[in-house]
This record gives sequence, C-alpha cells and structure tokens, in this order.
Amino acid sequence: MSQTIPLSWYLAISALMFAMGTLGVLIRRNPLIIFMSIELMLNAANLAFVAFARSFGVPTGQIFVFFVMTVSAAEVAVGLALIIIIFRNKHSIDVDLMNSLKG
Amino acid sequence: MGSSGLFTLVPFIVFLPVAGLLINMIFGGRMSEKAIGVVASAASGLAFVVAALLGFALWTGSGEAVVVRFADWIHIGDLNVAWNFRVDTLSVLMMLVVAGVGTLIHIYAIGYMHEDVRFKNDIPRYRRFFVFMNLFIAMMMILVSGDSYLMLFVGWEGVGLCSFLLIGFWYDMDTLGRPSFANSNAAKKAFITNRIGDFGFLIAGFTMFWWFKDLSFTGVFSQAAHIASIAPGVILFITLFLLVGVAGKSAQLPLYVWLPDAMAGPTPVSALIHAATMVTAGVYLVARSAPLYTLVPQAQTTVALVGGITALFAATIAVGQYDIKKVLAYSTISQLGFMVAAVGMGAFVAGMFHLVTHAFFKALLFLSAGSVILGMERGHHHLPHDSHADQHEEVFDPNNMRNMGGLRKQMPVTFWLYLIGALALAGIFPLAGFWSKDEILADAFQKFPAVYWMLTIAAFLTAFYMGRQVWMVFFGKPRHAAAGHAEESPKVITVPLMILAAGALLGGALNLPGVHSLALWLEHTIAGVEAGQFNFLVAGLSTGLALLAIFISWLIYGRRPLAEGQIDPLKKMLGPVFTVFERKYWVDEFYWAVFVNRYVDISRFLANVIDGRFWHDFVHEKVIAGTYNWLSRTVLDFGVDQHFIDAIANGLGTLTKNISTGLRRLQNGFVRSYALAVLLGVVIIVGYLLLK
Repeated sequence: MSQTIPLSWYLAISALMFAMGTLGVLIRRNPLIIFMSIELMLNAANLAFVAFARSFGVPTGQIFVFFVMTVSAAEVAVGLALIIIIFRNKHSIDVDLMNSLKG
Repeated sequence: MGSSGLFTLVPFIVFLPVAGLLINMIFGGRMSEKAIGVVASAASGLAFVVAALLGFALWTGSGEAVVVRFADWIHIGDLNVAWNFRVDTLSVLMMLVVAGVGTLIHIYAIGYMHEDVRFKNDIPRYRRFFVFMNLFIAMMMILVSGDSYLMLFVGWEGVGLCSFLLIGFWYDMDTLGRPSFANSNAAKKAFITNRIGDFGFLIAGFTMFWWFKDLSFTGVFSQAAHIASIAPGVILFITLFLLVGVAGKSAQLPLYVWLPDAMAGPTPVSALIHAATMVTAGVYLVARSAPLYTLVPQAQTTVALVGGITALFAATIAVGQYDIKKVLAYSTISQLGFMVAAVGMGAFVAGMFHLVTHAFFKALLFLSAGSVILGMERGHHHLPHDSHADQHEEVFDPNNMRNMGGLRKQMPVTFWLYLIGALALAGIFPLAGFWSKDEILADAFQKFPAVYWMLTIAAFLTAFYMGRQVWMVFFGKPRHAAAGHAEESPKVITVPLMILAAGALLGGALNLPGVHSLALWLEHTIAGVEAGQFNFLVAGLSTGLALLAIFISWLIYGRRPLAEGQIDPLKKMLGPVFTVFERKYWVDEFYWAVFVNRYVDISRFLANVIDGRFWHDFVHEKVIAGTYNWLSRTVLDFGVDQHFIDAIANGLGTLTKNISTGLRRLQNGFVRSYALAVLLGVVIIVGYLLLK
C-alpha cells in the first residue's frame, strides 16, 4: 500500500460524475431520473469531500459527507412527496408540463 | 366770590344728558315707560338747572366770558385743541333755551310717545326715542358751549346725527304705520343736504386753521383784525363758507329743502330739533362769529340777503300747504330767515332775541299741532269700525288740515294754546313775537331797506298763513268724522304747553324797548351791540299789516268755513300763483332733475360702465382672470403638467413595462431551462473566479 491513488484521479471521477448528473438533470424529463441525477451530483461532491479529507488528513470533509447524505435523504423524501401530489393533480409527472409559473 | 365756583359745573350740562341716555340705554329695558321718561326729562331738567346757575354766576359776576378747561383733545405740532367750555352770556343764553325748551318737550314726549308707539304698534321703541333725545341735548350743549370752532363742529355734526336718527325714528313705516321708506328717505335727505352745508363749514375751518393757526374763539378773534389787514379776502372767504354751513343747518336758501321733509319725525322732534334749537345753530354760529362778520360788510350783506329772501320765499310756500306740520315747517324756515337776516345785518341782539322767543312759540305751535294730530288719531280710533275697515278706499291723514275743522270745541285747551302761539308768531302786541320781530324790522329799516321790505311782506304772509291755519283747523265744522270725534290731550301734554305759552306771552319782556335787558346781557360777549331803537312807524305798520292779514284770512277761511271736499278758496282767487305756492316752486323737482338725477346718472355710469364693464368685465374677467386661466390652462396644465411632469411619470411606467415584457420571456416555465441558467451562472462565476 505504498503506492496510493493520487488525488487528481478521485477529483476527475468526481467531476465526471457531477457532469453526468448535470446532464441528466438538464436533458431528462422524468423527475425520478432527475432525482437520481441530483443524487449523482451530490455523491460526486461527497466523493470530492472524502478525497480531500483523506488527502489532507483532516476529518471535516468526512463529517460533511454525513450531513450531505442526511440532507439528501430528507430532500428525496420531500421531493417524492411533491411528485406524488403533482401526479394526483395532473395525472402525469413530466416536468415540461409543470409550467404554471410561466411568465 | 362763591358764585364764580359755579363755573366749574359747566361740564355737567353735557354730562347730565349723557348720564340720562346711558341709564336709559343700559337699564331702560327693565324700566317702565314713565321711569324712562322721567329719567330723560330729569337729565335735561338738571342741565337746565346747571345752565341757570351758570347764568346766575355770570349775572352776579363781571359777566365776562369764562373758559373752563376740561380736557386736552388734539395736540399735534402747533395745533392745540382742548375741550374747553366757554361760559359767556351768549352761550348761557343758548344753554337756557336748549335745556329749558328741551325739558318741556321731553315731558311732553312722555305723553306723546306713549300714544304714538301704541298707534304705530311698536312699544319697545319708546326707550330709543328718549335715548336719542338726550343725546341731542348733549350734542347741542357741546355745540353751544365749545370754546373753539372745532368743538362747535363736533356738536354741529352730533346734532345733525341726532336729527337724522330722529327724523327716521319710524324708519320702516309712514305716519300711519304702514310699511314705507318715506321717513328714512326724509332722514337721508336731511343728512345729505346738511352734509353740503357742513362741507362749507369744514372749508371755512381749514382756511381758519391755515391762516390763524388756531381754532379757539379767542385766538381767532384776536387775530382777525390783523389778518384782515394783510389778507382782506381771507375773512370774506371764511365767512361766506360759514354761511354755507349756516344755510345747511338753519335751512336757508338754497339748502332749506330738508326741513319740510324733516317733519316726518315725531312731533316733539319737530318742535325741539327742527324748530326751537338745532336749526338755530346757524344763527348762533353767525352771532358767535360776529367779530369776523363785522370785518367784512360784503359777507354781512350776503347773509342778510339770504335771510331776507328765505324769509319771504318760505312764507309764500307756507300759504299753499295743507299739512299742519308743513305749514309750521315753512314758517320755521321763514322765521329762521328773519334771524339770519338780523344777525347778517349786525343786529345780533335782535336775532338772538327772536331766536329765544321763536323757540317758545314755535315749540308751542309744533307741540300743539302734535296734540291736534293725536286728537285726530284718537277721534279716528273711536270711529265705528266699518268706516275705516276698508283701507283701500281712502287713507286717513291726521296731519291734513282739510280733514280737520271745528276742533275748538273738541280740544279747547289745545285751541287756546295754539291761538297764543299763532298770535305770537304773527307778531300781535304784546306777545313775544311782536317785540322780537319788530326789533328785527326796526333794525332792517335803518340798515337795509331792501331786506326790510322783504321781511315786512314775509311778516304779512306769516300772519296770513297762521290765520288760515287757525280758521281751517279750529273753526267751522268738522270735515272728517275723525275731527268730530277728536279728544283733548292729557295733562302731561298740555301742561308743558302752558309753560311754553307763558313764554310766548311774556317772552317779549326779555328785551323790552327802553330796558334792553338782553342787549345789556349780550354786550358782554358781542362787542359793539347797540340796543335797537323802537320805531313806532315800523311797529305800527307791521302790526297793522298783521291785523290786516288776519282779517283777510278771516274773509277767505273764517267767514265761510271750508266745506268737506271743497277746494281752497284762495286757489280760485290766485289761480296758478297758488299752485306755485302749493307745489313749493317745484324746487324739489328742480333739485331732482338737476342734481339728484344727474348724480344717479353718474353713479349708474360709474357702476355700469366703469365698475361693471371696465373693472369687472375687462380688468377682472379679461385681464386678470383671462391671464390666470391662460397661464394655468395652457402653460401650467397643458405644457408643464401634462407634457412634462406627466411625461416623466408615464415614461417611467412605460419603461418598466417594456423591460418587464422583455424579462418575461425568460420565465418560460421549463424547469430544465432554469436549471441550465443556474448551471450557466455557476460556470460564469466559477470561470470568472478561475480566470481572474
């Protein structure tokens, strides 16, 4: 274990995951997929936190990851509840149909 | 000498009447009619007592003028006018006449106004009458007791005001109590005509001040000779303008027209103000200004001529009148003409003598006439109701002599009193009028024959119209049912008349020929008075003429008394000449045509053209309002408000709207485009941070 994987690799993976998540949010119309993409972006951030924490030898980043996981779990719960309400009203969950606030 | 201390009482001749009027004004509302009348009469009566004490002090003292300083009034630069009282024989004589006759008339008015306010149906006005009467006495006292022309003028204006107030006492109704402006018009006529006279007085006063730098009598008279020597015209100018004032106040030609109309006032007012006292103020003024008048014979001639012509002129008008008070009014003008002629000729004693006797017998005549009028009103009141229920048929006029007749039987006391007054006025021996009128005639005979003849004819006419009046009123048969039912007046009315009648009978004793007590009295004040010479020729002629006139009036009116509805027999004899007398020479109509209507025209022109068309229509409407409208509408509203301030406000609104219309497009409702915007934002911020 003398040779460790350099930090830049982790960051590259993290950036890649974040870009994929972003793309998913921007191009998919199914809110479930969008949620998954958001999770992907959050986890990209988590990966970056953990990688930095490991690299600098401080625990702050790891503790932060727990917070992010907790918040994202709560966020998903609220989001799914919203999606259910919308589905009940519109009989569809296509995000492009949710344009009531259009100017 | 104890009596000289009496002079300090002199302010009370003014303040006692003032106290009386204040009491009546403040407490009169809660006082009975009798109490009001007693307070007013007592105020006037106490003033008479004070005047008598002053006369006593003068009589026991040297008789020279005493000036009592009362208060400072005007003190500007060199001008120093104090309210000083002048006690001398002339002013005390006037005070005695004013307060004496005034008190009797106050007492008479207690009874007269008691009935008058009931006849006119306005009882609360009783109090006001006595307030005005006391005010008049106070003002008249200021007039006669002032020590300067300015104080005299204060009283002069004050009595004019009282005259106005009392002529217009029944300002809202006529003599019969019907709604009318006749009385207030008469009051205005008196006031405005007097204004013209007062204007003359003022001009004289200003000139006096300019030349003498002093308005007190002593100051003016002491410089008069000096001024006359350096500027002879000044004294003439002053005296002639004073004459204008005299003509206004003493009802001389050409300003006499107000006095006949002034008979609109209640009869006590006619007696007190418009016969006995106020109208004689002009005579007093000339007598007081004797030192000025004697310096300029031309002014004296003018005054004498004015008096003589007025005496004759008014006497002719009196012949043609039917109103019992109008006859007396023209008679008063005529008698004032006698007095003015006398003082104009320099016969100051004769003029003042006639003033005093005339005050007695003319007040007596007026008050008796008032008693006759009241008797007629009472008679009218007693008539069966149906005869005067129909108001439209013929309005009963209690003043009209053609309605009277035979009153001798109904009103015996009034008849005898009236007869005494009439004989005194006609100048029958030995009544007061005989002595005073003959003294004037005798002086005129010596000094001014033209005036003498005018006055003699006037005296003849005086006897004639008084005879005519007595025959018409008291003899024959009643020409109206009211005269048949007329009743005698109560004692409160007849007793003062008896005292006046005593004065009219015995007043001649004041200045009997050979004794000349009035001349001796007045010579302390008016320098160089000479006692009039009794002239048997003059006296005989005037008495003969008076008796002849009475006889002629008997032939015309007494022998065959006027029947009901008959026209005046004199009218048949004289024809158009009588019409001229009856119509009063059309002087009123002439004044209306020449002055009043022109004045109305000028006023109308000023109102319609200058004020209406020029000021209102042009200046106000066109120039001021037009400019303002143009400025506010065109410039400020359209230009500034609409196109500048509104433009800014609207422009801001439009700008905001346009911007927001553009920005609206961004809110397309697609969640993903928002997410893209967030991403782009992040990219830009991060890119900026990285590349910085």
